[in-house]
Amino acid sequence: MPSIGERAPAFQLPDTQGSMHQPDGAPATVVVFTCNHCPYALAWHDRIIAVANDYADQGVRTLAINPNDAERYPRDSPEAMRARVDDGEFDGVPYLRDESQDVARAYDARTTPDLFVIDADGILRYRGAPDSDHDDPAQNAAWLRAALDAVLAGRVPDPQDTRPVGCSIKWRG
Amino acid sequence: MRVEFLFWSGCPSHPQALADLRRAMADAGLDPGEVSVREIDSEAGAEVEEFVGSPTIRIDGADVQPTGNEPTGLTCRVYRRRDGRISPTPDPADLRDALRAASATATGRS
Repeated sequence: MPSIGERAPAFQLPDTQGSMHQPDGAPATVVVFTCNHCPYALAWHDRIIAVANDYADQGVRTLAINPNDAERYPRDSPEAMRARVDDGEFDGVPYLRDESQDVARAYDARTTPDLFVIDADGILRYRGAPDSDHDDPAQNAAWLRAALDAVLAGRVPDPQDTRPVGCSIKWRG
Repeated sequence: MRVEFLFWSGCPSHPQALADLRRAMADAGLDPGEVSVREIDSEAGAEVEEFVGSPTIRIDGADVQPTGNEPTGLTCRVYRRRDGRISPTPDPADLRDALRAASATATGRS
Protein backbone atom coordinates (compact mmCIF):
# COMPACT_ATOMS: atom_id res chain seq x y z
CA MET A 1 0.00 0.00 0.00
CA PRO A 2 1.68 3.23 -1.13
CA SER A 3 1.78 6.28 1.09
CA ILE A 4 1.97 9.83 -0.18
CA GLY A 5 5.58 10.46 -1.21
CA GLU A 6 6.30 6.79 -1.94
CA ARG A 7 6.58 5.04 -5.27
CA ALA A 8 3.23 4.03 -6.72
CA PRO A 9 2.85 0.38 -7.69
CA ALA A 10 3.63 -0.36 -11.33
CA PHE A 11 0.99 -2.15 -13.37
CA GLN A 12 -0.03 -3.05 -16.86
CA LEU A 13 -3.71 -3.66 -17.67
CA PRO A 14 -5.80 -4.15 -20.80
CA ASP A 15 -8.36 -1.66 -22.04
CA THR A 16 -11.70 -2.66 -23.53
CA GLN A 17 -10.05 -3.46 -26.86
CA GLY A 18 -7.27 -5.52 -25.32
CA SER A 19 -4.50 -2.93 -25.69
CA MET A 20 -2.21 -2.74 -22.68
CA HIS A 21 -1.70 0.46 -20.68
CA GLN A 22 0.60 1.47 -17.86
CA PRO A 23 1.86 4.60 -16.13
CA ASP A 24 4.64 5.71 -18.43
CA GLY A 25 6.43 8.64 -16.89
CA ALA A 26 4.02 11.33 -18.02
CA PRO A 27 4.41 14.66 -16.20
CA ALA A 28 1.45 13.51 -14.09
CA THR A 29 -0.73 10.42 -14.24
CA VAL A 30 -4.21 10.12 -12.76
CA VAL A 31 -5.19 6.59 -11.80
CA VAL A 32 -8.88 6.40 -10.98
CA PHE A 33 -10.58 3.26 -9.74
CA THR A 34 -14.14 3.42 -10.97
CA CYS A 35 -16.96 1.25 -12.21
CA ASN A 36 -20.27 1.14 -14.05
CA HIS A 37 -22.77 0.49 -11.32
CA CYS A 38 -21.92 2.89 -8.51
CA PRO A 39 -23.87 6.16 -8.31
CA TYR A 40 -20.91 7.97 -6.77
CA ALA A 41 -18.62 6.90 -9.60
CA LEU A 42 -21.25 7.89 -12.14
CA ALA A 43 -21.99 11.21 -10.45
CA TRP A 44 -18.30 12.18 -10.53
CA HIS A 45 -17.55 10.62 -13.92
CA ASP A 46 -18.06 13.65 -16.17
CA ARG A 47 -15.97 15.84 -13.88
CA ILE A 48 -13.06 13.40 -13.99
CA ILE A 49 -13.22 13.05 -17.76
CA ALA A 50 -13.32 16.85 -18.06
CA VAL A 51 -10.11 17.05 -16.02
CA ALA A 52 -8.50 14.44 -18.27
CA ASN A 53 -9.33 16.53 -21.32
CA ASP A 54 -8.42 19.86 -19.74
CA TYR A 55 -4.96 18.65 -18.68
CA ALA A 56 -4.11 16.43 -21.65
CA ASP A 57 -2.29 19.28 -23.38
CA GLN A 58 0.06 19.47 -20.40
CA GLY A 59 0.92 15.82 -20.79
CA VAL A 60 -1.30 14.51 -18.02
CA ARG A 61 -2.35 10.91 -18.58
CA THR A 62 -5.53 9.48 -17.07
CA LEU A 63 -6.15 5.76 -16.62
CA ALA A 64 -9.55 4.53 -15.43
CA ILE A 65 -9.57 1.09 -13.84
CA ASN A 66 -12.56 -1.11 -13.07
CA PRO A 67 -11.58 -3.68 -10.42
CA ASN A 68 -15.03 -4.97 -9.43
CA ASP A 69 -16.07 -8.61 -9.37
CA ALA A 70 -18.20 -8.82 -12.51
CA GLU A 71 -19.65 -12.18 -11.58
CA ARG A 72 -21.54 -10.71 -8.65
CA TYR A 73 -21.99 -7.34 -10.36
CA PRO A 74 -22.73 -8.01 -14.05
CA ARG A 75 -23.01 -4.31 -14.81
CA ASP A 76 -19.23 -4.21 -14.36
CA SER A 77 -18.59 -6.91 -16.96
CA PRO A 78 -16.05 -6.32 -19.75
CA GLU A 79 -18.94 -6.15 -22.21
CA ALA A 80 -20.65 -3.43 -20.18
CA MET A 81 -17.35 -1.55 -19.92
CA ARG A 82 -16.90 -1.76 -23.69
CA ALA A 83 -20.44 -0.48 -24.24
CA ARG A 84 -19.72 2.67 -22.24
CA VAL A 85 -16.48 3.26 -24.11
CA ASP A 86 -18.25 2.70 -27.43
CA ASP A 87 -20.88 5.22 -26.35
CA GLY A 88 -18.12 7.80 -25.92
CA GLU A 89 -18.45 8.12 -22.18
CA PHE A 90 -14.70 7.95 -21.63
CA ASP A 91 -13.79 10.35 -24.40
CA GLY A 92 -10.40 8.83 -25.09
CA VAL A 93 -9.51 7.89 -21.50
CA PRO A 94 -8.49 4.20 -21.44
CA TYR A 95 -10.92 2.10 -19.37
CA LEU A 96 -8.90 -0.78 -17.97
CA ARG A 97 -9.98 -4.10 -16.53
CA ASP A 98 -8.31 -5.26 -13.29
CA GLU A 99 -9.59 -8.80 -13.53
CA SER A 100 -7.33 -10.20 -10.80
CA GLN A 101 -7.98 -7.16 -8.56
CA ASP A 102 -4.22 -7.16 -7.88
CA VAL A 103 -3.80 -3.52 -8.89
CA ALA A 104 -6.66 -2.39 -6.66
CA ARG A 105 -5.08 -4.32 -3.81
CA ALA A 106 -1.64 -2.89 -4.50
CA TYR A 107 -3.05 0.64 -4.35
CA ASP A 108 -5.28 -0.22 -1.38
CA ALA A 109 -8.18 1.21 -3.38
CA ARG A 110 -11.26 1.34 -1.21
CA THR A 111 -14.09 2.84 -3.20
CA THR A 112 -15.28 3.77 -6.63
CA PRO A 113 -14.16 6.38 -7.27
CA ASP A 114 -10.75 6.44 -5.59
CA LEU A 115 -8.14 8.68 -7.22
CA PHE A 116 -4.35 8.59 -7.22
CA VAL A 117 -2.06 11.20 -8.79
CA ILE A 118 1.46 10.09 -9.67
CA ASP A 119 4.27 12.41 -10.71
CA ALA A 120 6.80 11.94 -13.53
CA ASP A 121 9.07 9.95 -11.22
CA GLY A 122 6.30 7.55 -10.28
CA ILE A 123 5.82 9.01 -6.81
CA LEU A 124 2.32 9.15 -5.35
CA ARG A 125 1.39 12.79 -4.73
CA TYR A 126 -2.38 12.74 -4.11
CA ARG A 127 -4.97 10.21 -3.09
CA GLY A 128 -8.67 10.56 -2.43
CA ALA A 129 -11.85 12.05 -3.84
CA PRO A 130 -12.13 14.35 -6.88
CA ASP A 131 -13.70 17.09 -4.77
CA SER A 132 -15.77 17.55 -1.65
CA ASP A 133 -19.26 16.79 -2.99
CA HIS A 134 -20.42 14.22 -5.52
CA ASP A 135 -23.76 16.00 -5.67
CA ASP A 136 -22.40 19.40 -6.68
CA PRO A 137 -21.03 19.59 -10.24
CA ALA A 138 -19.83 23.13 -9.51
CA GLN A 139 -17.09 21.60 -7.36
CA ASN A 140 -15.51 20.73 -10.72
CA ALA A 141 -13.11 18.13 -9.29
CA ALA A 142 -11.30 20.95 -7.49
CA TRP A 143 -9.08 18.70 -5.35
CA LEU A 144 -7.93 16.73 -8.37
CA ARG A 145 -7.26 19.89 -10.37
CA ALA A 146 -5.33 21.41 -7.46
CA ALA A 147 -3.25 18.25 -7.14
CA LEU A 148 -2.41 18.27 -10.85
CA ASP A 149 -1.57 21.98 -10.82
CA ALA A 150 0.79 21.38 -7.91
CA VAL A 151 2.48 18.33 -9.42
CA LEU A 152 2.95 20.04 -12.77
CA ALA A 153 4.50 23.03 -10.98
CA GLY A 154 6.72 20.87 -8.80
CA ARG A 155 4.85 21.81 -5.64
CA VAL A 156 3.30 19.69 -2.91
CA PRO A 157 -0.48 19.38 -3.41
CA ASP A 158 -2.79 20.82 -0.78
CA PRO A 159 -4.63 18.71 0.18
CA GLN A 160 -2.49 15.65 -0.46
CA ASP A 161 -4.84 13.10 1.00
CA THR A 162 -8.63 13.19 1.21
CA ARG A 163 -11.14 10.54 2.17
CA PRO A 164 -12.35 8.58 -0.85
CA VAL A 165 -16.15 8.50 -0.95
CA GLY A 166 -18.21 5.99 -2.89
CA CYS A 167 -19.18 2.37 -3.20
CA SER A 168 -16.85 -0.22 -1.74
CA ILE A 169 -14.69 -2.15 -4.18
CA LYS A 170 -16.52 -5.40 -4.94
CA TRP A 171 -13.90 -7.97 -4.03
CA ARG A 172 -14.21 -11.55 -5.12
CA GLY A 173 -15.71 -13.79 -2.47
CA MET B 1 -49.58 4.45 4.98
CA ARG B 2 -46.58 2.13 5.30
CA VAL B 3 -43.22 3.73 4.55
CA GLU B 4 -40.22 1.39 4.43
CA PHE B 5 -36.57 2.38 4.25
CA LEU B 6 -34.20 -0.47 3.44
CA PHE B 7 -30.46 0.14 3.47
CA TRP B 8 -27.07 -1.55 3.38
CA SER B 9 -24.48 -0.04 5.70
CA GLY B 10 -21.73 -0.55 3.10
CA CYS B 11 -23.14 2.29 1.04
CA PRO B 12 -22.62 5.74 2.56
CA SER B 13 -25.79 7.28 1.10
CA HIS B 14 -28.30 6.06 3.67
CA PRO B 15 -28.05 8.81 6.31
CA GLN B 16 -28.74 11.51 3.71
CA ALA B 17 -31.50 9.49 2.08
CA LEU B 18 -33.22 8.80 5.39
CA ALA B 19 -33.02 12.47 6.35
CA ASP B 20 -34.53 13.42 2.98
CA LEU B 21 -37.30 10.88 3.44
CA ARG B 22 -38.15 12.08 6.92
CA ARG B 23 -38.19 15.69 5.73
CA ALA B 24 -40.51 14.73 2.85
CA MET B 25 -42.81 12.93 5.27
CA ALA B 26 -42.97 15.99 7.49
CA ASP B 27 -43.67 18.16 4.45
CA ALA B 28 -46.53 15.82 3.53
CA GLY B 29 -48.01 16.08 7.02
CA LEU B 30 -46.89 12.61 8.01
CA ASP B 31 -45.06 11.57 11.15
CA PRO B 32 -41.37 11.17 10.20
CA GLY B 33 -40.99 8.72 13.05
CA GLU B 34 -43.33 6.28 11.38
CA VAL B 35 -40.82 5.16 8.77
CA SER B 36 -39.83 1.51 9.12
CA VAL B 37 -36.04 1.30 8.85
CA ARG B 38 -34.46 -2.05 8.09
CA GLU B 39 -30.86 -2.98 7.39
CA ILE B 40 -30.08 -5.55 4.71
CA ASP B 41 -26.79 -7.21 5.53
CA SER B 42 -26.51 -10.29 3.34
CA GLU B 43 -26.91 -11.28 -0.28
CA ALA B 44 -29.51 -13.81 0.82
CA GLY B 45 -31.42 -11.12 2.64
CA ALA B 46 -31.23 -8.89 -0.42
CA GLU B 47 -32.75 -11.62 -2.53
CA VAL B 48 -35.56 -12.30 -0.06
CA GLU B 49 -36.38 -8.60 0.21
CA GLU B 50 -35.95 -8.00 -3.54
CA PHE B 51 -33.41 -5.37 -2.53
CA VAL B 52 -31.71 -3.97 -5.63
CA GLY B 53 -29.51 -1.48 -3.81
CA SER B 54 -29.17 0.96 -0.97
CA PRO B 55 -31.29 2.82 -0.21
CA THR B 56 -34.58 1.32 -1.30
CA ILE B 57 -37.70 3.21 -0.28
CA ARG B 58 -41.16 1.72 -0.57
CA ILE B 59 -44.47 3.38 0.13
CA ASP B 60 -47.30 0.94 0.67
CA GLY B 61 -45.08 -1.63 -1.01
CA ALA B 62 -44.38 0.42 -4.13
CA ASP B 63 -40.81 1.48 -4.87
CA VAL B 64 -40.35 5.23 -5.27
CA GLN B 65 -38.40 4.52 -8.46
CA PRO B 66 -39.27 1.52 -10.64
CA THR B 67 -36.51 -1.06 -10.37
CA GLY B 68 -36.74 -2.56 -13.85
CA ASN B 69 -34.65 -5.69 -14.18
CA GLU B 70 -31.98 -4.70 -11.69
CA PRO B 71 -30.42 -7.70 -9.94
CA THR B 72 -30.72 -7.91 -6.18
CA GLY B 73 -27.59 -7.41 -4.12
CA LEU B 74 -25.60 -5.42 -1.61
CA THR B 75 -24.65 -2.31 -3.52
CA CYS B 76 -25.40 1.37 -3.83
CA ARG B 77 -28.44 2.18 -5.88
CA VAL B 78 -28.42 4.58 -8.81
CA TYR B 79 -31.10 7.27 -8.82
CA ARG B 80 -31.67 9.97 -11.39
CA ARG B 81 -32.54 13.45 -10.20
CA ARG B 82 -35.15 15.51 -11.99
CA ASP B 83 -32.43 17.62 -13.58
CA GLY B 84 -30.92 14.46 -15.10
CA ARG B 85 -28.01 14.09 -12.70
CA ILE B 86 -27.14 10.66 -11.37
CA SER B 87 -27.27 10.42 -7.60
CA PRO B 88 -27.00 7.85 -4.80
CA THR B 89 -30.21 9.24 -3.29
CA PRO B 90 -33.69 9.85 -4.72
CA ASP B 91 -34.75 13.34 -5.69
CA PRO B 92 -36.57 14.79 -2.64
CA ALA B 93 -39.28 16.04 -5.00
CA ASP B 94 -39.89 12.46 -6.12
CA LEU B 95 -40.22 11.40 -2.49
CA ARG B 96 -42.74 14.15 -1.78
CA ASP B 97 -44.76 13.28 -4.89
CA ALA B 98 -44.77 9.58 -4.05
CA LEU B 99 -45.93 10.28 -0.51
CA ARG B 100 -48.66 12.63 -1.69
CA ALA B 101 -49.86 10.15 -4.32
CA ALA B 102 -50.01 7.36 -1.76
CA SER B 103 -51.79 9.64 0.66
CA ALA B 104 -54.36 10.60 -1.98
CA THR B 105 -54.91 6.95 -2.84
CA ALA B 106 -55.40 6.07 0.80
CA THR B 107 -57.84 8.97 1.24
CA GLY B 108 -59.79 7.83 -1.83
CA ARG B 109 -60.11 4.35 -0.37
CA SER B 110 -61.41 5.54 2.98
